[in-house]
Amino acid sequence: MAIRERLSGNEAVSIAIRQINPDVMPAFPITPSTEIPQYISSYIANGSIDTEFVTVESEHSAMSACIGSQAAGARTVTATSSCGLALMWEMLYVAASSRLPLTMCCINRALTGPININNDHSDSMGARDTGWLQIYAENAQEAYDNYIQCVRIAEHPDVQLPAMACQDGFITSHAVENILLLEDEKVKAFVGEYKPEHYLLNAKESVSMGPYDIANYYMEHKYQQKVALDNAKKVIMDVAAEFEAISGRKYGMIEEYRMEDAEYAMVIIGSSAGTAKAAIDEMREAGKKVGLVKVRVYRPFPEEEIVKALANVKGVVVMDKAEGYSSVGGPLGADTKAALYGRCNAVVLNIVYGLGGRDVRVESIKEAYDRLFAAVEAGCVPMGYDYLGLRK
Amino acid sequence: MKKLTEIRWHGRGGQGAKTASLLLADVAFSTGLYIQGFPEYGPERMGAPITAYNRLSDEPLRVHSNIYYPDYVAVVDETLLESVDVTAGLKAEGGIVINTAKDPSEIVPLLKGYTGKVYTIDAAKISVATIGKNIPNTPMLAAVVRASGVMSDEEFLNNMEASLKHKFASKPEVIDSNMEALRISLKEVKLYER
Amino acid sequence: MKDNLMKHINEQNAWHEMTPGGMIYGSGNSEHFNTGEWRVAIPTFIEDKCKQCLLCAPACPDSAIPVVDSKRLDFDFDHCKGCGICYKVCPFDAITFKKIGE
Repeated sequence: MAIRERLSGNEAVSIAIRQINPDVMPAFPITPSTEIPQYISSYIANGSIDTEFVTVESEHSAMSACIGSQAAGARTVTATSSCGLALMWEMLYVAASSRLPLTMCCINRALTGPININNDHSDSMGARDTGWLQIYAENAQEAYDNYIQCVRIAEHPDVQLPAMACQDGFITSHAVENILLLEDEKVKAFVGEYKPEHYLLNAKESVSMGPYDIANYYMEHKYQQKVALDNAKKVIMDVAAEFEAISGRKYGMIEEYRMEDAEYAMVIIGSSAGTAKAAIDEMREAGKKVGLVKVRVYRPFPEEEIVKALANVKGVVVMDKAEGYSSVGGPLGADTKAALYGRCNAVVLNIVYGLGGRDVRVESIKEAYDRLFAAVEAGCVPMGYDYLGLRK
Repeated sequence: MKKLTEIRWHGRGGQGAKTASLLLADVAFSTGLYIQGFPEYGPERMGAPITAYNRLSDEPLRVHSNIYYPDYVAVVDETLLESVDVTAGLKAEGGIVINTAKDPSEIVPLLKGYTGKVYTIDAAKISVATIGKNIPNTPMLAAVVRASGVMSDEEFLNNMEASLKHKFASKPEVIDSNMEALRISLKEVKLYER
Repeated sequence: MKDNLMKHINEQNAWHEMTPGGMIYGSGNSEHFNTGEWRVAIPTFIEDKCKQCLLCAPACPDSAIPVVDSKRLDFDFDHCKGCGICYKVCPFDAITFKKIGE
């Protein structure tokens, strides 16, 4: 029987971590992820878990300690946001290239500046090319479910890559919502023990990690990472199926909402997907054939799933909660357009929205669709991209 | 009750409006509802106007925006009436609950022509008399429950008692005084008769 | 695959023939790397003059002077980089040192 609870997103992932009982958690506090190391510290103090908490002097050190700890053979977790993630940058690549399956709660916050503590995706979107897996949550329930699954996906022998479980700062991290928790034993059995094939503290085998890689080897190792990311797609689906068996909740690379006969689709990530579903229900009542593709797994990118979902639509509006300053669009817009190129004749709009905590309302979503209707009507794909909710 | 009740709280940093919204979410959760309780976050400053929100529904909640057309508004500090547009978007079929010693008739002219129900409660007086300190959010919580009708008085009091007993197991005097504050406010909420 | 993998890894390997992340399984595998190719000068061991004082062996940065039963043997030219340190430390002129080709 699931446990009916009301929790904030930060409490939810902290409970997931308590149930996983990782070996080590190095972390440095930063808003809005600060509560996670706080909760874990109190679980340790109360004796409910025996995780070794490593206090560090910066996020660069936090990620370095994570790498050392996971390399030693310990299941390791951490949490961060915004500038904290930015300070980990160099080490994010090292974690991925060293094939260390540590997991991180990324509580999405605008990456300063100007300085801002509220939500957008500019922090983790910047880390999209580091070789980490990235899974995004719509609400506290998904944040909890995703974290538990991330451990299994990351550690799978065919993957062996670090994973970032992302959720929207404050919007879900600090809002209390209904949630269904799994029993401790179920989560414990689901994640199992971490048994790496090779690790530094193995007395029976001497290993070295992170060697200097000369040009003759480097590309082959980068390709290995690409193959591992490709492998992750199957593993993500397998783990989701196993998770569904214990939770009754179904997950995939993407989630489609009212797409069966949709002529106009929105592609979006995170908490605004829920708001979009409410908007879609209202627009459907008014006779508009609208649907939604929520990108749950952003790395590896669900190219095939997106192409399939959007095969029959007239228009697509891709929503980016991050400004990429690429001049052609946000990161999700660029990836979606690349996936659709030559495979779909729909008009594709790209809109940047919700930066730095700008509130995203049901009305905002409807406005994005209205712009899409107009573009399809005009039959042209405008150059570049536009902002939503900007004062003009 | 109707399917969805949306409530907006106005307070000042440090007065407990956020806590009140979380308490309301908690007690509504105990009655079996789907709930959301969340404040609007920014730089935390004691005394600065803050807003917090509740969505209470018998169906799962999906919208993750602030609330612009609330059914009810709760004003924890009456001095906010001068600086904040507390009735913005407030539905006429809903109501506003204000913490003040004044009679509702004195408050109505400050509400920019709002035509819905206006409730007042002297939360400061009640909390000082019962809890011994000016903690307006406990009496306000009761007043908001009464005004919005999201649950019956009995359901509210039973669930609050259970929740307080859980939170303050080692301090029974806190439980009694808070329960007393809730009971008195349920009685003393004044509705403006138009 | 791992046991023999280290011996077989070379610059002709395909991506799937390498260890994930370039991890090195096992210790002492620098032995498989022929640094002797780097040598442009060469020491010569003159056994007749050697008193077996063994000052040279620990001075060699590449462990290229094998010592067996308290006696040094001839150089391990697979790993000697020709730095000449042994030549400098030998008190008995038992090591000569010359540029290759001279």
